[in-house]
Amino acid sequence: MLLSLPALHLQTSEYHPLFQLPHGRLGPWCSPTGSPAPLSCETGCGEGSWILVCRLLVPTQVSLLSMEEDIDTRKINNSFLRDHSYATEADIISTVEFNHTGELLATGDKGGRVVIFQREQESKNQVHRRGEYNVYSTFQSHEPEFDYLKSLEIEEKINKIRWLPQQNAAYFLLSTNDKTVKLWKVSERDKRPEGYNLKDEEGRLRDPATITTLRVPVLRPMDLMVEATPRRVFANAHTYHINSISVNSDYETYMSADDLRINLWNFEITNQSFNIVDIKPANMEELTEVITAAEFHPHHCNTFVYSSSKGTIRLCDMRASALCDRHTKFFEEPEDPSNRSFFSEIISSISDVKFSHSGRYIMTRDYLTVKVWDLNMESRPIETYQVHDYLRSKLCSLYENDCIFDKFECVWNGSDSVIMTGSYNNFFRMFDRNTKRDVTLEASRENSKPRAILKPRKVCVGGKRRKDEISVDSLDFSKKILHTAWHPSENIIAVAATNNLYIFQDKVN
Amino acid sequence: MEGPESAMAVVAGLRTPENVTCVLPRGTMFARGLKRKCWDGDEDVEGAPAAPSYSLQRQSLLDMSLVKLQLCHTLVEPNLCRSVLIANTVRQIQEEMTQDGAWQLPAPPVAGRGPLDHLVSTEILCRAAWEQQGQRPAPDLPSELPGALGAPAPGSAQSCIWEADSSRGHRGSFPKSLDQIFETLESRAPSPVEGLFADAGGPYYDLDAVLTGMVGGKSGPGGGDGLQALAPAGAPPPSASCKRDLGELDHVVEILVET
Repeated sequence: MLLSLPALHLQTSEYHPLFQLPHGRLGPWCSPTGSPAPLSCETGCGEGSWILVCRLLVPTQVSLLSMEEDIDTRKINNSFLRDHSYATEADIISTVEFNHTGELLATGDKGGRVVIFQREQESKNQVHRRGEYNVYSTFQSHEPEFDYLKSLEIEEKINKIRWLPQQNAAYFLLSTNDKTVKLWKVSERDKRPEGYNLKDEEGRLRDPATITTLRVPVLRPMDLMVEATPRRVFANAHTYHINSISVNSDYETYMSADDLRINLWNFEITNQSFNIVDIKPANMEELTEVITAAEFHPHHCNTFVYSSSKGTIRLCDMRASALCDRHTKFFEEPEDPSNRSFFSEIISSISDVKFSHSGRYIMTRDYLTVKVWDLNMESRPIETYQVHDYLRSKLCSLYENDCIFDKFECVWNGSDSVIMTGSYNNFFRMFDRNTKRDVTLEASRENSKPRAILKPRKVCVGGKRRKDEISVDSLDFSKKILHTAWHPSENIIAVAATNNLYIFQDKVN
Repeated sequence: MEGPESAMAVVAGLRTPENVTCVLPRGTMFARGLKRKCWDGDEDVEGAPAAPSYSLQRQSLLDMSLVKLQLCHTLVEPNLCRSVLIANTVRQIQEEMTQDGAWQLPAPPVAGRGPLDHLVSTEILCRAAWEQQGQRPAPDLPSELPGALGAPAPGSAQSCIWEADSSRGHRGSFPKSLDQIFETLESRAPSPVEGLFADAGGPYYDLDAVLTGMVGGKSGPGGGDGLQALAPAGAPPPSASCKRDLGELDHVVEILVET
């Protein structure tokens, strides 16, 4: 059941009574300030009030378009008309990240491209467009490379993007593939200097003897141009595949983590980095554990965490020693004997770790659950949420088809009160930490129309399947939501589903 | 190098002390249909090992894991996390099989050489490339290295023994020890020599080649052909396992296609 919102409802800041919750019953999604959202719609299940704002395609063509065509693309993006059945492997989105203000949203794809979207400026007569994002800049961040010494191809796929806090008019972001991290500057230009006579049209210096007068160049307005320029290339420091990058709160350094090591870089220095974690055994035969993700504490520049394939999290303090081989804290949950199987270790492997904005909590995602840990308690997580527990009985098949190794990521909302992560069948899940309510939503072209309210989905577990429920056996495991992002201060989320980027927002917005 | 030895190599890689010499008791090949049934909707895997199907399932899981490892091995740079998790799963299964005695040697090793010798020689073959470069002097290894490099002639006493056993349906197609697999994972910087072989063995990295290797369609390494023996990764030394149940092969292909 899809509720398509008539324009009437969208153009007013008031909400329709139909969608108002009974008194005292708060919507599950809290506003960033921590106060409950005033509204949640009744969609039958009473959970969730998200509407699709726009579906953005990040297809090859966008990057190949000229400026003029780019404008066309925007229209198309917003009209939801285009059917891109010809999306290729390279178009698959491999990372999504809002910048610190939420004004920009960057995606990276398997083809090595970065596409940056900018939020539509608010205007009185276009209230309904609020929250829409349009293509701002597209550039090829990484190219496929070949390492001749190792006889090895290096994929161009963008594994992670991290924004730097904005310090001037330009934006900076880090992007990484398996081996190389790059610092990109994205800046606008709407004027150009004209009237130089020291150089000719092609920029070559003229023979000084031919110059008889000195002309002062003038700045003339031109069409707005967004330029992306690579400012630093941090290469040759990783033997294994980089899985994480994280900007430190000192804004001067960042770290990059691969399967076995974590390196610390200064933004200004590309030819050396410090190795701060190294778990590579002298004898690789003894290797039983790898680093799966790492992140700096949001406020304490000396502290970072990394997660492992054994389901543990280590918190390290760089003040303790330069090489953080010894952790300061070790978070591990004792294994539940009743759930033991050959797959126990595989499903406990952590695919993502994220500090809460407050810095008090850590969230980890493993194959079947999301866990929230309190930094002050190492023995077990304070909260555990089942993402798709119905898959527990399917682990054999998921092992056979390799889905069990999928790396789902997880994100916090702006106030750390809601967490979101992906699942299969284009489903994604949200968990409200306060009300303990959860919802399953779907990001798919077929089922969502612009401004329509997302209908909560339900997977049927055993027994009789009710109408509107999906049975476990009919889930499409090729449609997985691995990457999502939450606006830093508003209830706007970006969900990457293969080559589509969906932007949803809380209906109140 | 024959199949059973390879199976032993796996054992060796895992270093299960008591049972280092065992060959998997693989009397049954799962037929395609049967196997499917085992896996789909099966919830007993975690259960107590009561039914005979449990051991069959466990065996299938082991097989599947070994195939996966084998495939990881064919990649120059496999997904390390995945490889480690699969390898740990194999270790776990083998540990359990050791405990309930499923990991028993059906035919006691014969002939002058002790089982450990077999293992050693298998390992030599596995490590040949590294040994050659002298990058990794293996202490337990031997003077017999050059001979081993030449690969045992098909008619050698050693292979005869194992050939006799081959009707049991050994897993000659997975001749990878974890040792070897991890060494490949580790082999980030191949020496020029290795690079040369890697080049020569380019096609070996194809899935096709792996399949071929599994079918045993490739001719064995010639008596003195060190080159072939050195061919890295994906070229599983051809085994004499032509008698392999076709059903299993089907299944392997299926896995390959699916992944």
